[in-house]
Amino acid sequence: MGFFWTIVVLVVVLGFAWRFLGSYMAAVFDGRVHFLGWLERPVYWALGTGPDHEQTWKRYAVSMIVYSGVAIGVAYLIMRIQGHLPLDPQHLGGVPQALSFNTAVSFVTNTNWQNYGGETTMSYFSQIGALTVQQFASCAVGVAVAIALVRGFARRNSPTIGNFWVDVTRFTIYVLVPVSFVAGIILVSQGAVQTLAGPATIHDALNGVTQTIARGPAAFMGSIMQFGTNGGGFFNVDLAHPLENPTGLTNLLYIVLTLSIPVALTYTFGKMVGSIRQGTALLAAMTIIFGVWVGFTSYAEHQPNPAVAAAGVANTHVGNTEGKEVRFGDTSSALFNVSMTQTSDGAVDSAGDSYNPMGGFGLLTGMMLGEVTPGGTGSGLYTILVYAIVAVFIGGLMIGRTPEYLGKKIQAKEVKLAGLAALVMPLTVLVLTGIAVSVHAGQAGPLNKGPHRFTEILYAFTSQGNNNGSAFAGLNSNTDFYNIVGAIDMLLGRFGIMIPVLALGGSLAAKQVVPPSAGTFRTDNGMFVGLTIGVILIIGGLTFFPAASLGPIVEQLSHGKFF
Amino acid sequence: MATTATPPPPQQTPAQPHGVARSRGLFEREILSRALPEAFLKLDPRVQVRNPVMFVVLVGTVVTLIESITSPGVFDWSITAWLLLTVIFANFAEALAEGRGKAQADTLRRMRADTEARRLRPDGTEERVGAATLAQGDLVVCEAGDLVPSDGEIVEGVASVDESAITGESAPVIRESGGDRSAVTGGTKVLSDRIVVRITAEQGQTFLDRMIGLVEGANRQRTPNEIALTILLAVLTIVFLPVVVVLEPFGRYAGASVSVVVLVSLLVCLIPTTIGALLSAIGIAGMDRMVQRNVLAMSGRAVEAAGDVQTLLLDKTGTITLGNRMASSFTPVQGVDERDLADAAQLASLADETPEGRSVVVLAKERFGIRERALDGGHEFVPFSAITRMSGLDVGSRQIRKGAADSVKRWVAEQGGSLPEDLDPAVERISRAGSTPLVVADGKRILGVIELKDVVKTGIREKFDEMRSMGIRTVMITGDNPLTAAAIAQEAGVDDFLAEATPETKMELIKAEQQGGKLVAMTGDGTNDAPALAQADVGVAMNTGTTAAKEAGNMVDLDSNPTKLIDVVEIGKQLLITRGALTTFSIANDIAKYFAIIPALFVATYPQLGALNIMGLHSPQSAVLSAVIFNALVIVALIPLALRGVRFRAAGSASILRRNVFIYGVGGIIVPFLGIKLIDLFLVAVHWY
Amino acid sequence: MNLRVLWSALRLVLVSVVVLGLGYNLLMVGIGEAVFPGQANGSLVHYHGRVIGSKLIGQEFTSARFFEGRPSATSPTPYNAESSAASNYGPTNPALLQEIRANLARVLKQNPGIKASQVPPDLVESSASGLDPDISPRAAYLQAPRVARANHLPVGTVRALVASHVVGRFAGLYGAPHVNVLELNLALLKLDASQP
Repeated sequence: MGFFWTIVVLVVVLGFAWRFLGSYMAAVFDGRVHFLGWLERPVYWALGTGPDHEQTWKRYAVSMIVYSGVAIGVAYLIMRIQGHLPLDPQHLGGVPQALSFNTAVSFVTNTNWQNYGGETTMSYFSQIGALTVQQFASCAVGVAVAIALVRGFARRNSPTIGNFWVDVTRFTIYVLVPVSFVAGIILVSQGAVQTLAGPATIHDALNGVTQTIARGPAAFMGSIMQFGTNGGGFFNVDLAHPLENPTGLTNLLYIVLTLSIPVALTYTFGKMVGSIRQGTALLAAMTIIFGVWVGFTSYAEHQPNPAVAAAGVANTHVGNTEGKEVRFGDTSSALFNVSMTQTSDGAVDSAGDSYNPMGGFGLLTGMMLGEVTPGGTGSGLYTILVYAIVAVFIGGLMIGRTPEYLGKKIQAKEVKLAGLAALVMPLTVLVLTGIAVSVHAGQAGPLNKGPHRFTEILYAFTSQGNNNGSAFAGLNSNTDFYNIVGAIDMLLGRFGIMIPVLALGGSLAAKQVVPPSAGTFRTDNGMFVGLTIGVILIIGGLTFFPAASLGPIVEQLSHGKFF
Repeated sequence: MATTATPPPPQQTPAQPHGVARSRGLFEREILSRALPEAFLKLDPRVQVRNPVMFVVLVGTVVTLIESITSPGVFDWSITAWLLLTVIFANFAEALAEGRGKAQADTLRRMRADTEARRLRPDGTEERVGAATLAQGDLVVCEAGDLVPSDGEIVEGVASVDESAITGESAPVIRESGGDRSAVTGGTKVLSDRIVVRITAEQGQTFLDRMIGLVEGANRQRTPNEIALTILLAVLTIVFLPVVVVLEPFGRYAGASVSVVVLVSLLVCLIPTTIGALLSAIGIAGMDRMVQRNVLAMSGRAVEAAGDVQTLLLDKTGTITLGNRMASSFTPVQGVDERDLADAAQLASLADETPEGRSVVVLAKERFGIRERALDGGHEFVPFSAITRMSGLDVGSRQIRKGAADSVKRWVAEQGGSLPEDLDPAVERISRAGSTPLVVADGKRILGVIELKDVVKTGIREKFDEMRSMGIRTVMITGDNPLTAAAIAQEAGVDDFLAEATPETKMELIKAEQQGGKLVAMTGDGTNDAPALAQADVGVAMNTGTTAAKEAGNMVDLDSNPTKLIDVVEIGKQLLITRGALTTFSIANDIAKYFAIIPALFVATYPQLGALNIMGLHSPQSAVLSAVIFNALVIVALIPLALRGVRFRAAGSASILRRNVFIYGVGGIIVPFLGIKLIDLFLVAVHWY
Repeated sequence: MNLRVLWSALRLVLVSVVVLGLGYNLLMVGIGEAVFPGQANGSLVHYHGRVIGSKLIGQEFTSARFFEGRPSATSPTPYNAESSAASNYGPTNPALLQEIRANLARVLKQNPGIKASQVPPDLVESSASGLDPDISPRAAYLQAPRVARANHLPVGTVRALVASHVVGRFAGLYGAPHVNVLELNLALLKLDASQP
């Protein structure tokens, strides 16, 4: 019953976020919110731009890429020279080249894949100045790209799709800063640590053991990393760490923060294109898949770990607790990890590697579906719109009309761009996994044996290619091979989709709108929801079924066999 | 357009298609025997490369062939053979679709067999030359029994012409110089009288030549939706390429050795071969279906656009109403005897050869026994013009006119005449009843009103209801005044009407609709329709119309039946639906194929994966072969569907979608499970395995 | 490429580092120190004026007198709060089976009279952070007889102590019932001190 109420609370809170954050974000992007104008205007002045400087999709894309490139450079530099910067009480010294590169790319691409243990590698300055900053920025960039695409649908005969700098600035100032501030304070009140005082060393504990407790500004990072679906925490074990995720409430708050923007963006979408129902349809598709995956994975984790069963601990009241924290419990841990793999968040509050085979399957496949349910901040919306375009195209043909979505004709150019965007992720993930399992440097990574070692590698590339950052942590990926190949995976998975998406936005914005009629393919009813779900499941399923069958599926079918 | 520019009564839509498009069975032996060798000739890689899906199959076949040669085995050879058959089946489907067009083209070609032409020299004498030597601008003479040597325009004379060779309609039509019925088509036969024709077409560019080119699909270009779909299919092909290729390293990492032949089989099964194989056949067949209904589409693009049409502009006359309005009553104004009115009306109509004009003459005769009379000199007919909108005659000092109420009133007023008080009420009453009032005036004196009754075609209302359910708005175009138009519009059930239409207002309407993002279809025949036909997204010109109209439109209706526009829309939709349905079917098929091949691929390494063999297939090899055979056979099984098109029923988008998703989506998931299992059982039964 | 774009990007990144990174974080640290100093600094626990640990960070209790926490996979020693870690053993990894068997044997040895089937899995499976400060109520009750014996307390008293330390679901809505091991042991100490 406890889990039932958890779900109820989640649904109610997210319902509010959907309605109010959704319409608020539409107002922000339409330039109808001004209360922090004193913060907004100096930024425009510094950048020499403003809301009136509309950009074509190409300008928009160039701005986005240059900004991301510079961000990678600055983050890389900070990590490399952190030993010469302030706020390094543990004297950790500079971060190695390959690791710095991987990490810089990881945070700028909203992936937050971490090939390092936070508390043992990154100085406070790096955590704050290189990583937390990008947790704001990468989220804002993702949402900006999504909004640019939405404008493509909302506008007609327009050569431009907005201004990148303005979109990023507005979103950061009006959405990210206020919410992460409030959430951060709640987190601190619950016990999340927020200090620059360095580790606490405790002598003479009750049983005479000395313990050094790593601390840091973790609460604030936790709040923005979740709200921005980044997921890269302060500590090695991420949000399983009691000092960053101290209670059941913070665990729930983290889930709410993560799902808020992706869920609410469907409302923003509906509002901007002039029909909330259009956004609701997308939300319905997201919710159905999400719900099924939560149910499936929670059920799988509510079963005992095969090893526990084999050892004779036949306790069926508690599920798999290996790699889980007692305060969260099995089902809520599964809910948390599913929430993070179906967004681009990737935070964990329990060790995915130790999930039961079908539990791990639930996490892995959540990412393989392209992270659209509800997906990352911005990336969830624009990716599901890509899938929706494919659904509209096939469905539209089946009613005998040149397919159109929101009155915009889906023609060769749109199919090409949507196809490209849908193609990039599976292509990248599969090819890079294929390379990794073929070369010695890649084969050296996994900790486990048998099908599970394959799952670990597949999971790593799936996670990075989807800019998720969730890890089946048994993979030793802090090697030059995994750092560099992983960075390529993340870059392709991010910009390989964003650029065609922006081109799509530009192409749609320039189009005329076909007025709806009884012969129009409806994109706001159950049939469309079903078709979109079908496209998501079929594209994800068909591309990854063989790979998954060699990993978690065969593991599950092994019935207690150990490798 | 009110009175004289009415097109001749349309031939009723024949129950049986005919003409060029003589219906052919799907698998007539002649066509089949022609298609078979074609299927092999099309194996040429230069042909295949145009179709990315089938090209991948061909490359895969070569790979398995090499494998079969280097390490021979029954299994490898069987797979190679079936992969090759897959490509051949695809070629066969295309050849079959083309073959039907070619057969039609042959019929047309026979007609074009060298004709002799009687060319007029500048001095007026004739010379006999081969039709092939005729140049644009030449004048030729045709008399009863002659074949018209090339396309042209009658500059002199009037003749009845048998156009059955082109339209299939045996009733001869009248062609005469001047006006909108002056065009003659090469290959048609003059039945009576003598005409002089100025050749308007270059050799090789005649209507007949273009028709042959069209039905043959000689310069068939991909249509926009076909291109978009081809891209989607290419994307699906590209995505499955790495899916399959990486199974080799994945398998190796798991300790399995994966056979290249099986991988190629899996790839071919996963890429959308069903739709890839049938895509071009569907397109050709769509054009063909147009031809079967005697509509010549100048491009596949036009056929596709027809499916997208949201606004149909339909000429009232001939489309919504039976073409011939009949005079049904005379309403004299106060102080005029009805008989005088009838007499004047008859006089004014004597030279009016339109059915309406004739009906006035007939009504006057029936009512008052006024006979048609020959006028003895001293008179002059005043023909109808679009500007005056009146016609009549001047005889002696009398100027008798009949025409649209406004025009006649203005004309009378210009001469200082006065308008009787009861004129307007009479005009209005007739208009409101949906009839057309023609006002008759004698000089500055108005005599009264002729009521021309319009007869709305039976069954047309239901057609419009269908259109509405498909989301298509019908707009009736008429030269009538708004009152008349409104009454008929209501009776016929159209959504809107454009009254007192002129070519300009018609053009404006089309532009306004297009500005709003809608696609517009219209029919037209006259030269003054040409700009609007060109502007419309789908312009169907009547074959009886002028050359200008036919040049401007992107379709020609050989039957000259404006109601055909509705058929055109349905064919366009059916074409797209067939593509969408087979795409869905093709993708849905993949699920079963996975369950056949994946366990077969890895069961040696992981016996646990045998659990995925839910079809209980006999052995890994039989499973793979069964999937490949199914994949090939399903192409053949669907050829009839591709050529005929999926069943189309006018309905709202939601119900069409639901039906197609159920049949081709859900069906596409289930059918291959059954098919593969059956093939596997068969292979075991014949001891192949 | 347009150089202006490059400069704009650089300016925005640097402004972000200063404002969103340093400035905003310091503000949060300040607010934390001012409003929730205990929580912001790691929920440290004092006993007789000494800091004896963090409420949120598990410790390794090996003495039979104390309730024991969960197995920890941190290295080099269990409950190393400088380097959080999980075992990351996959469910079909024989090493996991081996470890669970060893943990089980230890639990059974320490708590005589308990059958393997009664042991709650959290006592034999390691946590996600390696620092889990909690155990399930069942795991606490299971240890009660042993702890009572070692402390010469009636089992009922210890059970009652456990019962008073069970933290239920948050407002009945979220999380799982658990017992904080450090707090339970501290209470035990206080109980001992108050006993004659």
